[in-house]
Amino acid sequence: MDSATEEPCVTLEAFLTQDSATAVRLEAGDDARALLPHVARLALVEVAFPTFRDGRGYSAARMLREAGYAGTLRAQGDVLVDQVPLMRRCGFDAFAPQAPLDAAALSRAENRYQAVYQRAADARAPVWKLRHG
Amino acid sequence: MYTYDTLDQAIVDTRVDEFRDQVARRLSGAMSEDQFKPLRLMNGLYLQLHAYMLRVAVPYGTLDSRQMRMLAHIARKYDRGYGHFTTRQNIQYNWIKLEQAPDILAELATVQMHAIQTSGNCIRNISSDQFAGAAADEVTDPRPWAELIRQWSTFHPEFSYLPRKFKIAVIASDTDRAAMRLHDIGLQLVERDGQVGARVFVGGGMGRTPMIASEINGFVPASQILSYLEACLRVYNRHGRRDNIYKARIKILVHDLGAEEYASQVAAEHAALAGLDLDPPAAELARITAMFASPAFEEDAPTQVDRSDPDFAVWVDQNVLPHKRAGYSIVSISLKPRGGIPGDASADQIDVMADLAERYSFDELRVTHAQNIVLPHVATRDLPALWTALREAGLAEANLDLISDIIACPGLDYCSLANARSIPLAQKIGERFGDLGRQRELGELKLKISGCINACGHHHAGHIGILGVDRKGTENYQLLLGGSGAEDVSLAKITGPGFSEDGVVDAIEKVTDVYLARRQGTERFVDTYRRLGMEPFKEAIYG
Repeated sequence: MDSATEEPCVTLEAFLTQDSATAVRLEAGDDARALLPHVARLALVEVAFPTFRDGRGYSAARMLREAGYAGTLRAQGDVLVDQVPLMRRCGFDAFAPQAPLDAAALSRAENRYQAVYQRAADARAPVWKLRHG
Repeated sequence: MYTYDTLDQAIVDTRVDEFRDQVARRLSGAMSEDQFKPLRLMNGLYLQLHAYMLRVAVPYGTLDSRQMRMLAHIARKYDRGYGHFTTRQNIQYNWIKLEQAPDILAELATVQMHAIQTSGNCIRNISSDQFAGAAADEVTDPRPWAELIRQWSTFHPEFSYLPRKFKIAVIASDTDRAAMRLHDIGLQLVERDGQVGARVFVGGGMGRTPMIASEINGFVPASQILSYLEACLRVYNRHGRRDNIYKARIKILVHDLGAEEYASQVAAEHAALAGLDLDPPAAELARITAMFASPAFEEDAPTQVDRSDPDFAVWVDQNVLPHKRAGYSIVSISLKPRGGIPGDASADQIDVMADLAERYSFDELRVTHAQNIVLPHVATRDLPALWTALREAGLAEANLDLISDIIACPGLDYCSLANARSIPLAQKIGERFGDLGRQRELGELKLKISGCINACGHHHAGHIGILGVDRKGTENYQLLLGGSGAEDVSLAKITGPGFSEDGVVDAIEKVTDVYLARRQGTERFVDTYRRLGMEPFKEAIYG
């Protein structure tokens, strides 16, 4: 899914002290807001999901996209089939699950819902937009 | 009532397909129970002591006769012929087979119903005032706002894995019939300069650390309410505690930060969300509001009714309330018959209530957080016929808001978390205070029983609350006094050492005796308690 030659991610702390780094890894407890002034120079943000129940990464992703971050946003860790569609809506576009995902189940999950109820970080129009233009 | 369009219907139909797929993957072993659990919870499916329990959503407690009949059908076909109405205005079935759950969801979808987000660490069913659209004291009908929020919160991609569950209530009167300030977020709709907006209260809840929600904003207009809620939830999702399940609710975050600091973080987040087009246009709330238009009430309907039958007159005095429209009444159907299980109804009774709603209440029913059913729009002249039909179905108990109108959790009879049984205790209290004359002499007295510290039976909010605990392997009941979930919200205080099941019934009798002896004027039990304080009650129980 990812290029083999990508720059290794540094920690948030290291990123904030290194002017040259363009790839950073956010742990679940890291404050994504610290990255917002730097989104223009970032090429990769990896967000850790230590367990699939820890939902902080969804907010981190959306805040980065809302701030204009256009690089790769990768979910890494306990990433499961049924979470991937939600992650996409929050702006993730790359996935590094620690256990391989069932491709058929993933494909069904990703193509399932034709309509969504709310605006998020993806391009999908919420139902109220479809209703009222 | 809200009616699905093709988009709403497609989403609910797709949910059935998705859950069927998830169940199949669980049954095939492709998914572990640990991985499956949050997914089934987000479809309202709990594993209890004896079987799966399915909790079906009744958004803001409103449903029509067709939906009510479907609930009866499910009780008959998939359960043991009854259902249990809950304090979240939902219904749950206690004897469900996992393999059949997708079929049940498919049947529900045919009548625009579902079990989405009735459990799990996500935004739950939105609750509201059971008299919405019928009460004279409301600023506006709160249900269109609740529906707007229901849609926004459904499968919210950012807020499906919150630190803990999240409950929102919307009311629109100064009288609080929905325990609004005991919710994670409570909204009270108010009018300012001809505009409707919401007062926003955050951080209420019961459980093991009960708290009353703090007001963080005095007026959020309709045009910004979803983005404002988005900001409230985002601050919580990012900073709510995840290291300790018992400290993970938003009330702990708001308490630790202070309401003012939480409010300022929300304000900053809300400002950052401006311009992202998160709020639907006014036309969307208008579209929803149009579906909640008042029914075609008859002009000049008679306002008086023959009260010569004393049993009927008592029922009218106790269970029937004035409607906003002259000639109409709001009827509460008690699901607390003497010796019964609070909130339970048989499939036949559910069908009867559906028929009566269709005939007498413009096809509308409500589920209340006190586990009763309401027919919101009954022509006053129809009250005798309605009462006769209810009585034939065992549904005419005239005990609304009296001591036997008990809220109780399922307790140790069903629940794997419980420490003590709630249902037999509720039945014993009902028997002890069985005489209706005696109950009416005691007046409004809200008694609430929880079988464990999680407080599903709202004991913190009871004028009299009972908490079941496990004391060295035996069931023990603590007594609390002085709580309220209404506009006079307060948290009940524990009297002292606990009691056996019979002992707590005796203690309740003693505190009610103190009230009868010392009340002044029209004081309710809770008013007398507030005036006198705990001491005289304690003295009577332990002295």
